[in-house]
Amino acid sequence: MSPMPYYVSPEQLMKDRADFARKGIARGRSIIGIECAEGIMLVAENLSSTLHKISELYDRVAFCAVGKYNEFENLRIAGVRLADMRGFVYGREDVTAKSIANAYAQALGTIFTQEMKPYEVELLVAQLGESQANDELYHILYDGSVTDEQGFVAMGGHADQLTALLTENYREGVTFDDALRLGMEALTAADPSRTITADNLEVAVLDRKKARRAFRRVPDADVARVLGG
Amino acid sequence: MSDWGADWTRAAFAPNSNPSFADLLKDAQPHAVPTVQGTGGQTSQAPQLPQATTILALTYADGVVMAGDRRATEGYQIADRYIVKVFPADNYSAVAIAGAAGPAIDMVRLFQTELEHYEKVEGETLSLEGKANKLAQMIKQNFPMAMQGLVVVPLFAGFDVRKATGRIFRYDAVGGRYEDSSYHATGSGGKDARSALRTSWYKGLPRDRAITAAVEALTVASEEDVATGGPDLARGIFPVVATVTGDGYEELGDDALRPVVAEVIEKVAHTGEGTPV
Repeated sequence: MSPMPYYVSPEQLMKDRADFARKGIARGRSIIGIECAEGIMLVAENLSSTLHKISELYDRVAFCAVGKYNEFENLRIAGVRLADMRGFVYGREDVTAKSIANAYAQALGTIFTQEMKPYEVELLVAQLGESQANDELYHILYDGSVTDEQGFVAMGGHADQLTALLTENYREGVTFDDALRLGMEALTAADPSRTITADNLEVAVLDRKKARRAFRRVPDADVARVLGG
Repeated sequence: MSDWGADWTRAAFAPNSNPSFADLLKDAQPHAVPTVQGTGGQTSQAPQLPQATTILALTYADGVVMAGDRRATEGYQIADRYIVKVFPADNYSAVAIAGAAGPAIDMVRLFQTELEHYEKVEGETLSLEGKANKLAQMIKQNFPMAMQGLVVVPLFAGFDVRKATGRIFRYDAVGGRYEDSSYHATGSGGKDARSALRTSWYKGLPRDRAITAAVEALTVASEEDVATGGPDLARGIFPVVATVTGDGYEELGDDALRPVVAEVIEKVAHTGEGTPV
């Protein structure tokens, strides 16, 4: 009898890769994106104040990611490049979160099936609308699948608990301050073993009031004031 | 998805640590780079195109003032009465253009994208010095066009956040970069504007005096140079005047300029050759 020791069924191969990516992502800390009255708030647990998980892609488009830093940093720069090229060759309003999310989906899908190992990342591409009804949140997984989410997104280590908590407590039209408190409560409740303080939160907002480049980082002092008050 | 093109996506996702947008564009979309290919040393007559004329910048107590008139010419014709020649390069710097208007405006757009791209990729802004050098390189790349008569001569000024002072950089047609600590004006009426600034500028000029000096220099230039447009109270055509300080780039509105322009016109009309014999 001659067994085929190296044969792995495609189902098993995909499952192994997906498990591998999910495990990597689950080890990391979490990120929440919440649509609120003032804009779209993004909050991440991040011990570093210089290595960001949340950043600006374009005028009204932001990016955040969980997982392996070197992998999502590459993807972030690719997003900035795509956005700037499109905005330069066409016009500024032609840069949309949808097309960037699609490019990410294509890239991650290809990496998932063709590379040695899949990327251990999950991305959120957010686009600010004129009002909350027009906000867009695209959640992209390690295998390239994309979902268009409403209201909020949670990713990372405790995504399931966070989603459950937010589903229960999120209300449309919530203010920025309440959204931040809600995010903090959810992050704390999802993992009671850790205490989270304002200086290990990274908070940014796509601000509806800002004229052109809507992305703004929220300083630790302001975060502390909201959470303390 | 299709119009993103495979080349764009490949260029965007290729591992590359160069934070320059201009270099990226050259790789991914060479035809979108704002330059016209030279015709191999042939000095053909450039087509007559709109020319942007007088621009100036001066330092003052809080930073720099940058200003430009509103006229573009095509030979002896007025091509545009409302052209804008002063632009924010980013939050802490401004760029003004003289010379071939079309290529100059393209260069400004590429320069603005370059600065924003660097800021997003690197997570911090370029130093003022770095921005000035980058602009010099872009003018150098325009050299084949300059040889065909499409000369672009910008003026760059900004607030150096690290040194907490306003700085001005001027350029020649081949990208030579020179720093001015006081004031500079260039374009067709540049010489006349410089003469006017020579008498009104002093170190630590307050804001209102600096703005008046800028408007006056442009008005004087418009009296001497046909290609420079003077302020026009009847039509409400005012020069574009912007300040760059530690608080950022700010353009003055028409309401703020109207009294300054009225005062300057009154003054110019009663001095020099303004009054008929």
